[in-house]
Amino acid sequence: MNNHDRIHEKLSILSSAAKYDVSCSSSGSKRSNDKNGLGNTTGMGICHSYTEDGRCVSLLKILLTNYCIFDCAYCVSRKSNDIKRAAFTVEEVVSLTINFYKRNYIEGLFLSSGIFKDADYTMERLVLIAKKLRLEQRFNGYIHLKTIPGASQELMFEAGLYADRISVNIELPTEISLKSLAPDKNFKDILKPMSYFNKSILGYKSEKKLIKNAPKFAPAGQSTQMIIGATPETDKEVMLSAQKLYHQYNMKRVYYSGYIPIRDNDARLPSINTAPPLLREHRLYQTDWLMRFYGFDVNEILNNQHDTLDADIDPKLSWALRNLHEFPVDINHDSYEKILRVPGIGFRSAQQIVSARKFGKLDWEQLKKIGIAINRAKYFIICRSDNSFAKDALPSVIRHKILATYQSKFKSTISNQLELFL
Amino acid sequence: MTYFSYDGTFTGLLAAIFEVYERKTYEANIINKKLLSPLIFDEIVDVVNDNEKSKRVYNGLKDKLSQQGMKKFYFTFLSELPLVENLLLKFAQTVFASKTSVEQDFGNPTILEITKIAKRVHREKHRFEAFVRFENIGNQLFFANINPDFNVLPILIPHFKNRYSSQDWVIYDTKRNYGVNYNSTNQEINEVLIQPCSIKSDAIAVNIDLDPEEKLFQALWKNYFKNTNIESRKNTKLHIQHVPKRYWKYLPEKQI
Ligand code: SF4
Repeated sequence: MNNHDRIHEKLSILSSAAKYDVSCSSSGSKRSNDKNGLGNTTGMGICHSYTEDGRCVSLLKILLTNYCIFDCAYCVSRKSNDIKRAAFTVEEVVSLTINFYKRNYIEGLFLSSGIFKDADYTMERLVLIAKKLRLEQRFNGYIHLKTIPGASQELMFEAGLYADRISVNIELPTEISLKSLAPDKNFKDILKPMSYFNKSILGYKSEKKLIKNAPKFAPAGQSTQMIIGATPETDKEVMLSAQKLYHQYNMKRVYYSGYIPIRDNDARLPSINTAPPLLREHRLYQTDWLMRFYGFDVNEILNNQHDTLDADIDPKLSWALRNLHEFPVDINHDSYEKILRVPGIGFRSAQQIVSARKFGKLDWEQLKKIGIAINRAKYFIICRSDNSFAKDALPSVIRHKILATYQSKFKSTISNQLELFL
Repeated sequence: MTYFSYDGTFTGLLAAIFEVYERKTYEANIINKKLLSPLIFDEIVDVVNDNEKSKRVYNGLKDKLSQQGMKKFYFTFLSELPLVENLLLKFAQTVFASKTSVEQDFGNPTILEITKIAKRVHREKHRFEAFVRFENIGNQLFFANINPDFNVLPILIPHFKNRYSSQDWVIYDTKRNYGVNYNSTNQEINEVLIQPCSIKSDAIAVNIDLDPEEKLFQALWKNYFKNTNIESRKNTKLHIQHVPKRYWKYLPEKQI
């Protein structure tokens, strides 16, 4: 095998093994470039391409190696799995990153690894790559390092100095599940670095406010990922655990990764023919957004009466139908926060509504132009126009009517055109 | 109806708006000279791209608009959509006519229209910050072709200048046949035109045999793109929504 073939083989193995980590975000960090440096981060993050499954490709997401001494049941790289193994050298990862970056393929590097030898030995190499990129290559693009559970605090500290984002994966929603599927890991080894990073990130941030050229420490914060659908937790348990991660550790993001069955010889896991729970994953992300950007508390959406998200309709609509007494919202008078809670109105539209109504009361026509989803919103709002749809209809009737409009999306264009003439 | 014909540049447009006011024309059309058809029998005013006049309109707008509002105005111009000049004129008139700021009046169709077009242009700018693909065509010169719907190249420059400040690069718009060149030694941006006769089709603006290292990195990128995909999650509709087919031409990962 010549050199080119070998690097190709390594890249196939080690990118394929890394793809189950769903995070690819390159946002949240502002690192400017200098005259002799390469790259910058602007805070927004860029998706340079999209995979055929529609996911953002922003970073070169690879493992340093897929050799691993652990045996986590849900993981393709687990010790007991009979697969081809490979390992990059430090130089190879540096060269791939720089050369991809120079061609504008990527925003930076997302590096994680299986554990070879021990946690510190592995972590040392991850840190060395980040260090070389920053100091030798003067690279100012994005670096996301996934830490190795059990590695020493000194290495965690160094990782924070060179990386924009740090992640420590929670792996599963509860401790019981982790014990059952990842016997080599323990919750403590995961929570300890999370709380170390939380403290350090906050500390460096306040220092930076006082001293302008204080060093950066993981300026894009920390994130984590949990696999859903591999273990029996309800949506309520998943989201409560997420809420805790947001509150206790100031997570920038919690990622939910629908379990993709990879094996059929383990009774603890869904069988290989089970479809990945993509819709559930989608609904969880919607709930996550409601929690972070729409002022909802998890308990409003998921509680003992409703511990599972509705598959057919989004969680905001589902909440609204259970709480019709909060409606109708008056578009021209009610607060921004109330408008934000209307199904079919996103935060951009809500902002535009609040700005526009200062110049005159808004009617259906204007609301439609602003871009709200009238089909859903009309049952929950009143505006300047006389005709109102928000008359004490039953939740089940509204639900039925809205679902009917979803179906019509798939009707042929001919019938859509007919509708225009009615 | 009077037609004010201008040279197609931004400053030309501003000068045309000046003329409309100067002549107190109430039913005015501003039109690119190139699109002027001999079938127009109405009055035609040939606008001279006069710096003083454009500056006055520009400063007038700047006094009344936020930075965001100015950006909307410029981005809408870059859309090159048919009749966009008339929309911009109407917008300027709305702005000048009101004592207070009208920028946030999204109930006004002109304001909303401009906001929407500017958003589309902004979206394409963001897309090309992502979709530019450089090739090292030798001597560490990194070259990229683009074919955007709107004329986003001018607003792409700052991003690439910041990011690749120590690298020489060219970004070339094959649809509009012009490009920009950044020289890392003196950190200057220059316009480049490649003579049409050296281009076979608009497919390849520069026909150079790539060196083996360049080919290797393109192949590795394609390899990565393939392997980072999760087959069981395949969602072609979503994929095409994010990366519309018209942009595939210059993306190595979308070449077979
Ligand atoms: S430690 Fe990480 S790489 Fe190793 S088996 Fe567990 S999840 Fe997989």
